[in-house]
Amino acid sequence: MSSSSSYNSPCAACKLLRRKCMPGCIFAPYFPPEEPQKFVNVHKIFGASNVTKLLNELLPHQREDAVNSLAYEAEARVRDPVYGCVGAITFLQRQVQRLQKELDAANADLIRFACNDIPTALPQAPGTSSFQPLTPRNRLPEFNRRNIGNEGGGFYQVPGALPYSFPWNDASSGDINDGGGEGGM
Amino acid sequence: MNPGRCAACRYLRRKCPPDCIFSPYFPPNVPQRFVSVHRIYGASNVAKLLQQLPSHLRAEAAESLCMEVQYRIEDPVYGCVGLISSLQQQIHDAEKQLAKTQAEIAFLKSHAQHSQVALLDDAANLGFSNHQGSSGFM
Repeated sequence: MSSSSSYNSPCAACKLLRRKCMPGCIFAPYFPPEEPQKFVNVHKIFGASNVTKLLNELLPHQREDAVNSLAYEAEARVRDPVYGCVGAITFLQRQVQRLQKELDAANADLIRFACNDIPTALPQAPGTSSFQPLTPRNRLPEFNRRNIGNEGGGFYQVPGALPYSFPWNDASSGDINDGGGEGGM
Repeated sequence: MNPGRCAACRYLRRKCPPDCIFSPYFPPNVPQRFVSVHRIYGASNVAKLLQQLPSHLRAEAAESLCMEVQYRIEDPVYGCVGLISSLQQQIHDAEKQLAKTQAEIAFLKSHAQHSQVALLDDAANLGFSNHQGSSGFM
């Protein structure tokens, strides 16, 4: 976190807004002059005054993460004006579903092989089984499924780390309904 | 008061023109939807965003904006980015688990093949020694 509210180097926000960057500028710690695009995007999507209001509602130690998540959302919306971050969520949810199916199939195979590996004393008649099927292990935890148009309940929050990059590759609006079959990151 | 005004124009206390950019997506019976969107994005930013899009894409855009706003209201620090992080972590964990399970399957497969080979060898040896007429049990 660096403060740029000095005489010589206004923060990126005050530079864009063409105003004096005062000491205590709320933007200065989070929008250094070396990253002008960050504020350009945030201002374009949210507007400087809305960002100010949002930040003022948070505790100081929360503001950096909030700004970074707003910047992420803003960039996502600039790249994909129709779906923004929701496009990424849909893409990732499909990947989770695909992986869950693969994991279920792999667990079923594992059970099959593990049971075949257990020696049986007597030969069995076809169609009979001397064991109870095991419950699939290692199921993925339920995630918060929020598809467009659904009202969701419960929220999954991971404090700290932000996503490394955007999980889709220049997905245009028309492509967003294709299931993602590739790795997310 | 014009009962036909959309939620946006009602909130903004203005006349709702026939070509109002908001009215298809912010009906008057769901006022909170626009209130939330206005709180996070601001009406003029939403109008600009929608106006830049071809009309057949605006409904999806409005819907996704509303969704992002809901995430942001529920989590003012991370918004929907929190969910994205969580999903990426789930994918990472699932891929790791899948690789582990597939490795276990490969191990069991090779173990099963070795056992079969050993059984066949034993059966062959037994048949051979019986054929020869010798037996260790006599």
